[in-house]
Amino acid sequence: MITPLEWSIIGLSLKVSLVAITLTLPLAYGLAWLLARRRFPGRFLLDALVHLPLVVPPVVTGWLLLVLLGRNGPIGSILLDWLGVTLVFHWTGAAVAAAVMALPLMVRAMRLSIDAVDRKLVGAARTLGASPWHAFRTITLPLSLPGILAGAVLGFARSLGEFGATITFASNIPGQTRTLPLAIYTSLQVPGAEGVVTRLAIISIVLSLAALLASEWLVRRTSGGNAHVL
Amino acid sequence: MPMSFDIVLRHATGENSIAIDHHSDASLVAITGPSGCGKTTALNCVAGLITPQFAQISVNGRTLIDSERNVSLPAESRRCGYIFQDARLFPHLRVSANLAYGMRMRGAAHTDVDHAAVIDVLGIGGLADRWPATLSGGEIRRVAIARALMSGPEFLLLDEPLSSLDKARGEEVLGMIERIHSQLSVPMLYVSHDPAEVARLTQTIIKLG
Repeated sequence: MITPLEWSIIGLSLKVSLVAITLTLPLAYGLAWLLARRRFPGRFLLDALVHLPLVVPPVVTGWLLLVLLGRNGPIGSILLDWLGVTLVFHWTGAAVAAAVMALPLMVRAMRLSIDAVDRKLVGAARTLGASPWHAFRTITLPLSLPGILAGAVLGFARSLGEFGATITFASNIPGQTRTLPLAIYTSLQVPGAEGVVTRLAIISIVLSLAALLASEWLVRRTSGGNAHVL
Repeated sequence: MPMSFDIVLRHATGENSIAIDHHSDASLVAITGPSGCGKTTALNCVAGLITPQFAQISVNGRTLIDSERNVSLPAESRRCGYIFQDARLFPHLRVSANLAYGMRMRGAAHTDVDHAAVIDVLGIGGLADRWPATLSGGEIRRVAIARALMSGPEFLLLDEPLSSLDKARGEEVLGMIERIHSQLSVPMLYVSHDPAEVARLTQTIIKLG
């Protein structure tokens, strides 16, 4: 059955993906809202920048992260000097890589759901005395909840599967950055490890399916049966 | 004695331009005109949902917007009860929560609207636990009127409140509006394209288009 080593790989993968998604969620929603509801100079550029990880080879995204966030990079050196934090070769680096790769999918899903919220409802809330912030909290946010959950699940699944950017930026270190896909890849290089590969592959499928079904259940519950992810 | 409605409004959009100069003591003022002449746009300017090019609007002596003095209250501070043509009930809230939305916002209401009486007059007592999607057209309209009234508005904006209702339902809602008008001293701006409907309610008419 599943060995302690495999359990630790699963645990690491879940930790990396959950941290990546939790930290990205507010940022992704903010970006989705900006792109859906506001017209400002540089909007197209921001849109393109958000989508970049979706169209660029993941290895290139990993390399860009290395250039920016590596120990000598413009951001990486600040993190090291001020906070003593190094992302490279560390599980937090894997989480950053997963987050960057998941961001475009999350923004897309959330943006669609914000677009679908009738702005006239926000206007109605304003005439009933709601400030813009209160109208956002009570109307736009709950009505776009299915998109938030869909985005979170898509992002989570994308994070669990992240390979190219992770191995380039955070490397393939057992116990630190060797998540499920990296472990599967590593095992494929070892003769006679087919059993490990099969088990890890099945676990990957089960985890992704479970996330999908959980979000479907959540969305149906929160929307009173009116919306769904699938 | 302040006028109930003091409206100077200039607003030009792509296809039409609105020009209103209206000062009257009438508590119910109708805005009429052919479709597309900007009736709804005018209401949106009064409600604060659109910023007009030029406007000086006060209701009961309270200034909502004065382009000359650079004053413009945000929509949430204008204390209007806006009954939209498309009702705009919040689909994710039950009827009871829709009704409570404006009440919660404005704790101390200017007009002492008796909530039980509103629910009774509009006949929506049995709808509290329903979702908007399950309501009929007439029910949606009545809930929308109740929601606006229960927010404690200082004036009402009604945009074609009888549209999409059959004759019997329309008659019923019109009767309610007349009752509300006679019982509450709330000034009303009433948009309609139907001369007969307007004639029944008021002599004070703003013609657009």
